[in-house]
Amino acid sequence: MAGNNRGFRIAANIIMTLLTIACLTPFILLLVASITDEAVLTLNGYSFIPEKINFAAYNYLFMSINRIAKAYGITIFVTFVGTTLNISMTTAFAYLLSKRDLPGRSFLSFFIFFTMLFSGGMIPSYIIWSQYMHVADSLLGLILPNLAMSAYNIILMRTYFTTNVPLEIMEAAEIDSCSEIGMLFRIALPLSKPMLSTVALFSALAYWNDWINGLYYLIRRNDLYSIQNVLNSMMNNVQFLKENTMDASAAKFTSQIPTQGVRMAIAVISVVPIMIIYPFFQKAFIKGIVIGGVKG
Amino acid sequence: MENKKLLKEKQRKQTRKKIKKYAPLYLCALPGFIYLIINNYLPMGGLILAFKKYSFAKGILNSPWNGIQNFTYLFGSKWAGIMFRNTILYNLAFLFFGTILAVFVAILLNEVRSMRAKKTYQTLILLPHLVSTVLIGYLVYAFLSSTNGFVNKSMLEPLGFAGIEWYTEAKYWPFIIVIVQLWRSFGFQSIVYFATIIGFDKTYYEAAVVDGATTWQQITKITLPLLKPTVIILTIMALGRMFASDFGLFYQVPQNSGLLYEATTTIDTFVYRTLMQDHDVGRSLAAGFLQSILGFCVVMITNAMVRKVEPDSALF
Repeated sequence: MAGNNRGFRIAANIIMTLLTIACLTPFILLLVASITDEAVLTLNGYSFIPEKINFAAYNYLFMSINRIAKAYGITIFVTFVGTTLNISMTTAFAYLLSKRDLPGRSFLSFFIFFTMLFSGGMIPSYIIWSQYMHVADSLLGLILPNLAMSAYNIILMRTYFTTNVPLEIMEAAEIDSCSEIGMLFRIALPLSKPMLSTVALFSALAYWNDWINGLYYLIRRNDLYSIQNVLNSMMNNVQFLKENTMDASAAKFTSQIPTQGVRMAIAVISVVPIMIIYPFFQKAFIKGIVIGGVKG
Repeated sequence: MENKKLLKEKQRKQTRKKIKKYAPLYLCALPGFIYLIINNYLPMGGLILAFKKYSFAKGILNSPWNGIQNFTYLFGSKWAGIMFRNTILYNLAFLFFGTILAVFVAILLNEVRSMRAKKTYQTLILLPHLVSTVLIGYLVYAFLSSTNGFVNKSMLEPLGFAGIEWYTEAKYWPFIIVIVQLWRSFGFQSIVYFATIIGFDKTYYEAAVVDGATTWQQITKITLPLLKPTVIILTIMALGRMFASDFGLFYQVPQNSGLLYEATTTIDTFVYRTLMQDHDVGRSLAAGFLQSILGFCVVMITNAMVRKVEPDSALF
């Protein structure tokens, strides 16, 4: 019987190892392809063992550093501003709703909740944001539509406030004539750090990985592309960087772009920052998935 | 009579006092309130456009009505049937295979005893969930590119088969899409089930071990039955998203290749394509309208079902 259980454990480990490898290999293929010599690529295709290593693709990207640095800067800016906006609006709304005796509380709860049940969909949303709010062809187009706040996060936050911030502390603070806003900053927020960081993390990931807003709202201004939008354009048109670069030195390279490698190199560059900081946020990430998984 | 009036007066006074007390908080929440109106409520109103002939110059309110013309126009095209079929069938396939795989992996994770190994597995199987669908499109391209892809160059051709033009042959795509979706979502879903398994009462297992139950018996007699309610709830909830599809998965991964549309067109990609590429707003509006309304209906139905099975998990 003990043998049976041990056999099970070994089998579990073997299968899990295989699945883990299956998750990793595409990334490894991408990485290896980006440093394989272009001639070898043309002959052998993308493979896991490069016959000849060559950093020409990265060299080429370095030539277009202006363009890439700008796209990166835009991604970082949008992620930072968007996440800050998201967290502020979410917290403010959730905190208001956490007040049990709030006049209009049930109306406001329904107001939030209904957006989870019913949605106008992409086109009306596109029309409102581009035709009426005029966010198209500006950075606001990357920040505001869809990503700046979600009803779901408000409800998560509100529940966290009502269950994890003891009422007695709030009442004591009120007696000490602490203002409502003071209570938010001095009591509720410090006690809600785990939830805040989870919401911030998911918001930041959503902004970092978003390309759909760029696709819809940056029609004429592809100089405002984030790194994901550049990546998206490179898939259809590997010359994208060249056509959109001011760099004379890169333009000189036109005839000899390591086309196949460059594609992969820019994909690697887009994902490296996430992979580097992943170990630091993986705990909050797993926690967020567990919270969000069952409800939502 | 007098008393009632006084009571009401008193209540009103109290409410006014509370509103005054919470005034700063209302003010802080105002931006969020306005945001929801612009981002969520105005677009809901915009759904009336499905019954209008939309002109960008005239705007939502001034565009002329045209009855159900957008719908007859939509259903006049073969894509209406294809997009509904694809959206629903893909969702069913994701749900069926995804659930089996996720439960399987969750049980395996639970059998792994070494904490370090367990953590490593969890961390790594979530990697695909971290990256954008554009990047996933690149990963798939590295395997399937007809000239340089790993599958053609390192698998098929060395074995003596002819390479396949993956991005032009629609027949392979139902499988490719399902595999890609499973690959990127199984980690995330299994973590959800795994968290449920961890929460089970340990005494069941301890008693089973005392009674000499094998691991297999513990899984089939304890874990799976206990997991059943969660599986049911998550399944019903997934059914509530029956008419939704991940735009990125169906647009990026097949690289929006026209030859694959038969296999890759879902409501979301159709809406995008007709609106942004064909500038055929009418069809787009009608398709989007149906998606919103049908989506709302299935959410209401599935929620009623969840409430019957397990009231605590119901949305409302």
